[in-house]
Amino acid sequence: MTPTGIGLRAALLVGTLALAAATARAADDGEVKDFLLDNGMEVVVIPDHRAPIVTHMVWYKIGSADEPPGKSGIAHFFEHLMFKATTNHAAGEFDRAVSEIGGSNNAFTSYDYTAFHETVPPSALEQMMGFEADRMRNLILTDDVIKTERDVILEERRSRIDSNPQAVLDEEVDATLWQNQPYRIPVIGWMQEMEQLNRPDAKAFYDAYYRPNNAVLVVAGDVDPGAVKAMAEHTYGKVARGPDLRPRIRPVEPEQNTKRTVTLADARVSVPSFSMQWVVPSYHTAKAGEAEALDLLAEILGGDNRSRLYQQLVVKQGIASEAGAYFQGTMLDATNFTVYGAPRGDARLVDIEASVDAEIARIVKDGVSDDELERAKIRYVRSMIFARDKQDDMANMYGSTLATGGNVKDVQEWPDRIRKVTAAEVKAVAARYLVLDRSTIGYLLPQQQARN
Amino acid sequence: MMSFGLMRVRRAFFPSPLVGSEGRGETRGSRPGGGLAKRGRMRGVPAWQERQSFQHPSTVSALRADPPSPTRGEGGRVYRAIATLCFALFFLLLPVLAARAEMNIQEVKSKKGVTAWLVEDHSIPLVAIRFVFDGGTAQDPGGKEGLVNLMTGLFDEGAGDLDSEAFQLKLDDAGAEMSFQAARDGTYGSMRMLSDQKDEAFGLLKLAVNSPRFDQAPIDRIRAQILSGILANERDPNTIGQQRWLRAIYGQHPYARPDEGNKDSLATITADDLRAFHKANFARGGLHVAVVGDIDAATLSGRLDEVFGDLPDKQTLASVADVTPKLGQQLEVNYDLPQTSLQLAWPGVKRSDPDFYAAVLMNEILGGSTFTSRLYEEVREKRGLAYGVSSDLVDHEHSNALLVTTATRSDRAAETLSIVRQVVKDMAENGPTEEELAATKKYMVGAYAISNLDSSSSIAATLVELQIDDLGIDYIKRRAALINAVTLADVKAAAKKLLSADPAVMVIGPPLVLVARGGKG
Repeated sequence: MTPTGIGLRAALLVGTLALAAATARAADDGEVKDFLLDNGMEVVVIPDHRAPIVTHMVWYKIGSADEPPGKSGIAHFFEHLMFKATTNHAAGEFDRAVSEIGGSNNAFTSYDYTAFHETVPPSALEQMMGFEADRMRNLILTDDVIKTERDVILEERRSRIDSNPQAVLDEEVDATLWQNQPYRIPVIGWMQEMEQLNRPDAKAFYDAYYRPNNAVLVVAGDVDPGAVKAMAEHTYGKVARGPDLRPRIRPVEPEQNTKRTVTLADARVSVPSFSMQWVVPSYHTAKAGEAEALDLLAEILGGDNRSRLYQQLVVKQGIASEAGAYFQGTMLDATNFTVYGAPRGDARLVDIEASVDAEIARIVKDGVSDDELERAKIRYVRSMIFARDKQDDMANMYGSTLATGGNVKDVQEWPDRIRKVTAAEVKAVAARYLVLDRSTIGYLLPQQQARN
Repeated sequence: MMSFGLMRVRRAFFPSPLVGSEGRGETRGSRPGGGLAKRGRMRGVPAWQERQSFQHPSTVSALRADPPSPTRGEGGRVYRAIATLCFALFFLLLPVLAARAEMNIQEVKSKKGVTAWLVEDHSIPLVAIRFVFDGGTAQDPGGKEGLVNLMTGLFDEGAGDLDSEAFQLKLDDAGAEMSFQAARDGTYGSMRMLSDQKDEAFGLLKLAVNSPRFDQAPIDRIRAQILSGILANERDPNTIGQQRWLRAIYGQHPYARPDEGNKDSLATITADDLRAFHKANFARGGLHVAVVGDIDAATLSGRLDEVFGDLPDKQTLASVADVTPKLGQQLEVNYDLPQTSLQLAWPGVKRSDPDFYAAVLMNEILGGSTFTSRLYEEVREKRGLAYGVSSDLVDHEHSNALLVTTATRSDRAAETLSIVRQVVKDMAENGPTEEELAATKKYMVGAYAISNLDSSSSIAATLVELQIDDLGIDYIKRRAALINAVTLADVKAAAKKLLSADPAVMVIGPPLVLVARGGKG
């Protein structure tokens, strides 16, 4: 689904390290500040004075999983529409203002959030806030604009999904893994529903969700938090608070009782591969410590080339070209834990699958060693130091965490929580969640090749 | 969320779509251009998707002057291989320099005569080093294509007294990330390390650079993984199309060959072949080094001698001929696909040409990385024909071109192709307006720091490319003046010179004529 699991763990450690290691040219260095504007907009400032650059992001707590039934793709479509004309600025004016100063800008949509961002010199920060605050409420939506941009997202769907057999399979694996929760619907939308998205849909969506009290502003870079606050009040602060939003309570998964398989055979595929997924708690839904244990489990089982799956299947047995595992922790609702593999040489997909199953059985039965656990923890910590090297990574960490029910403190305390995870807790989540008889498997196969 | 060390979790080895599936939830946006994912030109796509979206022809420049991938060398290798297929590898992001004004670049020369450019920055406890040896996959001997690429997958698979297992454990202990990548014209290495463990990290880098073991078991394993990657793509229409494209425009030149080689050539490569190329290539004569981070000049000087000081003086490389891409041809790679990929090539410009900056400005206006280019406006904004469309100057050491790529619904591919050609024709005949040029100069002057100097790794990567291009240590300061000196007449002349040619055109999708009659493909 989303890569945000990584985001969270990164986020968390970085926050703390930044605090700990504040060396610096400015007194505030690394000290993350957060506050609320009067209209309910949350603000996070992450100072980093190494270069005269600032990353400005607005995260709306609205994603594809919040869409009304039958309107799949509206969240992402609306993200595109946000680049059109407003009552104050002609279409393209914002883009030109960004490019004129050598800046960059873009946006993205996920299940739980939609974000807009610009990276510019600090002198342009208030101007960016002005444009961003303007399009929060003043967009002009005409049928012409809707029609042309709808063609663009249909092309985007053809590029991302329809042209790629793996993406087609992934979509239907998701629709199978998730029996009730809206993560079963693709972020980009189902083609036949996208084709029908229209101006009233867009307008209703805009009015419901594009409000300061549903948004998080994240500013990372060469800025002073006090100055950011003043600028935010001048710009975003003038946007009226919208009606209170209902809590984001969505349909949740029923018990999973079966093993399901989804198979796509396609002429463009020549090497088979498979993935197996389970529904597991996210950081937002988990009992204390479980999500942290799942992160460590994913790292030890299939995180990198020192992981069990890689060492066993790729190095020792020599049957796989790849094998690994991942966990997507930064989600508002229950999320997925995934293992995957593909054969190499004469090995068959069934051999890969059997070896993956065996590794899962072993970790469920015997747990992880203290050495493995310690190495996994250390690896997280240092990758967070590396992450501090990029301000937009930092902005993403805080933004994705805050948009999925977390707060700044969650980010900053995360390393301590990771350090506290025991081997017994990792074994416990493996046993609780990695149950082979309750998994969803996706097979991507060459055409006319039976799996066995 | 993007490009942390731990992203290698999913980056794994091959661009298996499965591996890439972590990106699928995040439909990053709408807009082309830099965004947070500055590394490539896959418009509006975040880094993690960019890597996974390798089949898209506009995944230009995946390797460019990018920061070292947090993945293992193999991961980088795959991306690069794909990028090369896309022809645009090594598009040196031209000099959008403006600079962190206060960024001070020192030249450090070690006792044994190794030179590096250094930017000291003690605010974060890490050090990034990047280096390149001249000579990359174009050096692969005929019949042993894929040799350099295979070699770059083996530097963390055993060196000195340490076998693969022992080396990787020590690298993990040292908390360092090391990667090597083969490009067309150079063999790159990079490492990121924690400054309080830099002794251990530099020690391992010394071993990898000077005494890689090339043990048979890792050779066989990495070779098998590369082979799996080749096989996995052998029925992919875009991969097939890109390979045919390279042969069509480069003919018998080494640039026509896939970097990763092929099934037969890989099978012939021996440990001795790898040792011989390593010896010929890893010499101080063809070395360029840049270092950024928490290290001072005196300390670096000692490290340079440790890592590079004992290498031979001179490289022994094969000479590679210059090649002019064969334009004026149309290649149709017909598959029944819902979306048709279009790729067009015109003549490019050499880095050392006097009209280089005029061409860069013209390309930026035509289809560059902002959301305001002419192609973007005509193809996407006005007509909704495509999600992405862009033009890039491809700058290899021995060849160059201007490449336009897009992908569009198959029933309107003929229309899209005709609009692209019309936009190019108009640029060739009339050039840009004074306003477009002024705005684009501002963009290019301002964008350098944001696009190229935004992390220790990207600064190091940028400084290495400046050295390769022999631009001088003061280039960043001079760059704005070079851009601003270009006149409207210069840009018009460059447009006429490059874009008046009859381009090479590739169409991957249903036959154009048929779909023009209406079938959706």
